[in-house]
Amino acid sequence: MSKDKKESVIESSIKRKYKLQAKDVKVWYGDFMAIKGISMDIKPNKVTAFIGPSGCGKSTFLRLFNRMNDYVDGFKMGGEINIDGSNINAKDINVELLRKQVGMVFQKPNPFPKSIFENVAYGLKIQGLKDKAFLEERVESSLKQVALWDEVKNDLNKSALALSGGQQQRLCIARTLAVEPSIILMDEPTSALDPISTAKIEELIYKLKDKYTIVIVTHNMQQASRISDNTAFFYLGELIEYDKTNKIFTNPEKEQTENYITGRFG
Amino acid sequence: MRKIKELVIERGLLLSALITIAVTVGIVLVLSIEAVNFFSEVSIIDFLTDPEWTPLFTDKHFGILPLLSGTLLTSFIAIAFAVPVGLSISIYLSEYAPKSFRRTIKPLLELLAAVPTVVYGFFALMVVTPFLQSFIPGMSSFNSLSAGLVMGIMIIPYISSLSEDALHAVPNSLREAAYGMGSTRLQNSFKVMVPAASSGIIVSIILAISRAIGETMIVAIAAGQQPRLTFDPTVPVETITAYIVQVSLGDVQHDSLEYKTIFAAGITLFIFTFLLNTISYRIRKKFQEKYE
Ligand SMILES: Nc1ncnc2c1ncn2[C@@H]1O[C@H](COP(=O)(O)OP(=O)(O)OP(=O)(O)O)[C@@H](O)[C@H]1O
Ligand SMILES: [Mg+2]
Repeated sequence: MSKDKKESVIESSIKRKYKLQAKDVKVWYGDFMAIKGISMDIKPNKVTAFIGPSGCGKSTFLRLFNRMNDYVDGFKMGGEINIDGSNINAKDINVELLRKQVGMVFQKPNPFPKSIFENVAYGLKIQGLKDKAFLEERVESSLKQVALWDEVKNDLNKSALALSGGQQQRLCIARTLAVEPSIILMDEPTSALDPISTAKIEELIYKLKDKYTIVIVTHNMQQASRISDNTAFFYLGELIEYDKTNKIFTNPEKEQTENYITGRFG
Repeated sequence: MRKIKELVIERGLLLSALITIAVTVGIVLVLSIEAVNFFSEVSIIDFLTDPEWTPLFTDKHFGILPLLSGTLLTSFIAIAFAVPVGLSISIYLSEYAPKSFRRTIKPLLELLAAVPTVVYGFFALMVVTPFLQSFIPGMSSFNSLSAGLVMGIMIIPYISSLSEDALHAVPNSLREAAYGMGSTRLQNSFKVMVPAASSGIIVSIILAISRAIGETMIVAIAAGQQPRLTFDPTVPVETITAYIVQVSLGDVQHDSLEYKTIFAAGITLFIFTFLLNTISYRIRKKFQEKYE
């Protein structure tokens, strides 16, 4: 076996492994049980969409993967979340490092009230990286990845808040990419945006899956069917069905899934 | 009927606004007229450059500098103490403390501002000064350090409470962004929250400075009543405000030159607080332009 071939075999065996795993995960907010025992595996370099009616626990579940629920009053969880096979709730896990590996993009664009440059460089700077040339290069490459570079390259010192909503959201994605995570969680990233900005971000997500594992919550069925490889349907804190996106949208196993999807399409 | 009610309310509000303006204009007018009278007898150059202030003595000198240095020194000490303490409290309450703790501690802190200043004055004189004297030998019983520190305690809630409001008003989405990027609590506080709330924090500090410069009772009681051009915090000094009370309460004849000195001192104080207000307004505008 040639060296190249051997490496590609190893690589594909790594790729076949699961990036994210949830094992019998339960979540409570005080006495209220928001997630009722969910197990699922998420494949690397794929886009996985979470769909389901409002309040069914999509955000709660998504935020378990970077432990963003940790600060919520009354939050409790059971079960296990693994990333690349290791439990992220283990005692010795450094949450800050975990979040550098698992980036997050939120529903409402939330750039820092700083310049465009400072926004993208933020994650690197808090890691103590100061080399100006390195920061500049990383800012440029991140902005290029989200196709924002040409629009802002002459205004890097302008406030990020002066950008349009769609540009702000792409900036937030660039900010996340700059620290080179391996996973990106997106919670309804386009729900506050106009159709053109939405299309740009969808295109971007499609391109990003070569390098990243992406999990996206969306209420937009067309969006889920356009950009995702796999889709998970949640209902009242439970995972009802999880399969190839094609299958979910053309031939779902469960009636609940079908009702939800067809109801949405009218 | 409804229309009339609204009209009455509207006119009432307008009237109170006009009364406020009228009172302010009146105060400024009285101050200015009396000050002009004063400066027809004392040269403004002497007033600004003479290093002595002895209007009540036979050898009269009318230099404002000693009173000004007393005011600035005590205020500086107060601010140097209150800003780090007040800001730490506000950051702790808004970014670290559990909600329930914040709810109980904040009103308690605000009580600090409600303590009568005369109580603070005696606290400085009877408790803080002896305590400081125990390790600063040669410290006078009246001094600006003790008065300044106690004044600092008094203005802590101005800074902690208003800064906490400003931090608390920063949208939670920014906190999520900061934590989502892997910030520690400290990084979230100082790299994201404090800059985002900076205009509110600066305004709280300027308000505290104005409060310190205008404070009368604590300095009158604990800092002494000896006008002295010095920046030594261990010796007695007199602030502009303390001098004004001293003369107002004393038996100086009302239309004498000695009496008019308080208007000259008063207008100096007024100019200072006016400048501070202007600066704070400018800063606020600049920040708004930057972030809007
Ligand atoms: N901080 C919280 N405290 C208490 N209950 C919460 C909290 N956050 C969410 N919940 C509850 O948990 C359930 C799941 O909420 P979650 O936000 O995960 O739903 P979702 O599927 O993301 O909904 P949406 O589509 O509207 O965003 C809801 O019933 C919600 O009321
Ligand atoms: Mg949600």
